[in-house]
Amino acid sequence: MTDAEILSAPLVLEYPFSRTVGPVQSAFLTGLREGLVLGVRAEDGRVLCPPVEYDPVTSGELTELVELGDAGTVTTWSWEPDPRPNQPLDHPFAWALVRMDGADTALLHAVDAGSPEAMATGMQVRVRWAGERVGAITDIACFEPVGAGPA
Amino acid sequence: MSGPVVLPEALRDVEAVRSIRAPARLEYRFTAGEATSRFLRGIASKRILGERCPVCGKVMLPPRGSCPTDGVPTSEQVELADRGIVTTFCVVNVKFSGSAMELPYVCASVLPDGADMGLFGLVQEIPFDQIRMGMRVEAVWVDDDELRPNLASIKWWRPTGEPDAPYESYREHV
Amino acid sequence: MRDVAVVAFAQSHHVRREQRRNEVEMLMPVLHQVKTDAGLDQSQIDFTCSGSTDYLAGAAFSFVMTLDGVGASPPISESHVEMDGAWALYEAWVKIQSGAADTALVYSYGKASPGSLRDVLSRQLDPYYLAPLWPDSLALAAIQARACIEAGVTSVAEMAEIAARCRRSATANPFAQLQGSDDPDVLLKEPEIASPLRRHDCPPVGDGAAAMILAAGDRARELADRPAWIRGIDHRIEAHALGVRDLTSSPSTRLAGERAGVGDAPVDVAELHAPFTHQEVLLRDALGLRDGVALNPSGGPLAANPIMAAGLIRIGEAAGRIRRGEAQRAVAHATSGPCLQQNLVCVLEGSA
Repeated sequence: MTDAEILSAPLVLEYPFSRTVGPVQSAFLTGLREGLVLGVRAEDGRVLCPPVEYDPVTSGELTELVELGDAGTVTTWSWEPDPRPNQPLDHPFAWALVRMDGADTALLHAVDAGSPEAMATGMQVRVRWAGERVGAITDIACFEPVGAGPA
Repeated sequence: MSGPVVLPEALRDVEAVRSIRAPARLEYRFTAGEATSRFLRGIASKRILGERCPVCGKVMLPPRGSCPTDGVPTSEQVELADRGIVTTFCVVNVKFSGSAMELPYVCASVLPDGADMGLFGLVQEIPFDQIRMGMRVEAVWVDDDELRPNLASIKWWRPTGEPDAPYESYREHV
Repeated sequence: MRDVAVVAFAQSHHVRREQRRNEVEMLMPVLHQVKTDAGLDQSQIDFTCSGSTDYLAGAAFSFVMTLDGVGASPPISESHVEMDGAWALYEAWVKIQSGAADTALVYSYGKASPGSLRDVLSRQLDPYYLAPLWPDSLALAAIQARACIEAGVTSVAEMAEIAARCRRSATANPFAQLQGSDDPDVLLKEPEIASPLRRHDCPPVGDGAAAMILAAGDRARELADRPAWIRGIDHRIEAHALGVRDLTSSPSTRLAGERAGVGDAPVDVAELHAPFTHQEVLLRDALGLRDGVALNPSGGPLAANPIMAAGLIRIGEAAGRIRRGEAQRAVAHATSGPCLQQNLVCVLEGSA
């Protein structure tokens, strides 16, 4: 059998899942919908953002929410030169871990920096809120460099 | 830490998020592999091809390039008839999404003459309550210009009118 | 503790795209090879365990079809992990330790070519906070790489040297997908594809399979002249939230290595499942491997990285060195999850 005789066919696998959220995730996502960023206090006193239901070290149930601002610091980043479908932006952007002011851990998201030259570990960024918010991590459309003009 | 989560002031009077939508969509392009490609190309020319296992001698259908009992490659092609026996069947009374079939309809396992495994297909051109195990059927193919390398080229199976096959002749395949 | 050894190992020739063969057709020759080498047929194998992921195949229970290549009749004692085959090996090792088996067949395979691997792997991420953003596997490795570079753990120059060394070693490996390399300074002239990563820092995408036979005690001695004894094996996992982890070290590898006894005696060779160049540095440091240890003489995942099989292949390659008398003590490592989230370490020795 020649290579040309081998058959192939496209397959699209699509699952319309929805997932329930726990009380901490609910608070965080409701907060995002309302334009507010929350963290949660871990058992060792660290503030985790994004917040989780259970302590990643002790597995204890976490309940103490902490209000954070909408700005943070980039702790590491990479550059996405060719964005794929469903990613936060459709032009090149940076992926970054952002430690929100007041938090001790970082959140992964996109930074609309315009070019990799505009990115640096330690830079300040601020949330750009999505126009329509529904209670999802994508209510943060992306982050923007603080102090920069339009990207 | 225990006790309920205390919401900040700003969130106390708004509806809480209870769930997220998490659709997942992935696209693939599959290769059928050699055995399945040979089989489906056969179907496109109205031929049903099985593969014989060199160890147990059974004819696999649809062939996948291996015998599941012996775990060896199967490459010997065996041309099978497009008529055979209904070894078991099911009368479907429940609609499922994506199906345009009128209810009730019958789905059957049909053992083509010469094969040791059956093909799944519809049985039509007979009232559903007259279908029985052992009934001899033949394939009803699509028109020649509609033949494609997939099992939709067989529209359904219909009774041939021949006497039913005795249970003994197909009991191993039930 | 029972003595358990690797008595046979086989792998496919890893390629970018296995166009002609489906998963079963790709796997069968590997399964036959390993049983022939061990002199066993399926009826003499007490337990079979495989590792693969349905997301690569785009179908639930996709691994069941590969049992067609095993010959599962009469019915066999069998299990599956939705993981790299190294974890299937761990399950088989536990089964033998429990006394419920004396021999085991372990196999794994990954056919990444039908789908988009970078997108498929994003489905393993936190469904609330990460998966909706669809960060691809290169982006996540890249943020870890930058963290490591900025912390002084490694440099792009060292990463290029690792890439060149691995792919040059792979010229001696007939199964490798990529063989040979330009000099590091030539590699460094290439553009970044996911800053700070360049193409050479990343593993190839491809299709491949591997299989292994384990046996206990005297059974192993009957089946192989030089069994590769598993002297220690352990696996640990870190938190799944990337922002909670220290991406500049691999504490789970360090812990698994300690529990597996890596430091108990000198190590001759280490096969590390480091799909990205910076990760070899993290793993080498976490395992305390000194200069003088041959790292990834097979070429490692930079030369061939069949998803779900690359970890099992590290164990197979390390075992092979011992069985051929090229090494007396080897460390093999397997990883799973983004940025080395979960790690398995296995220590292998030749007979005393």
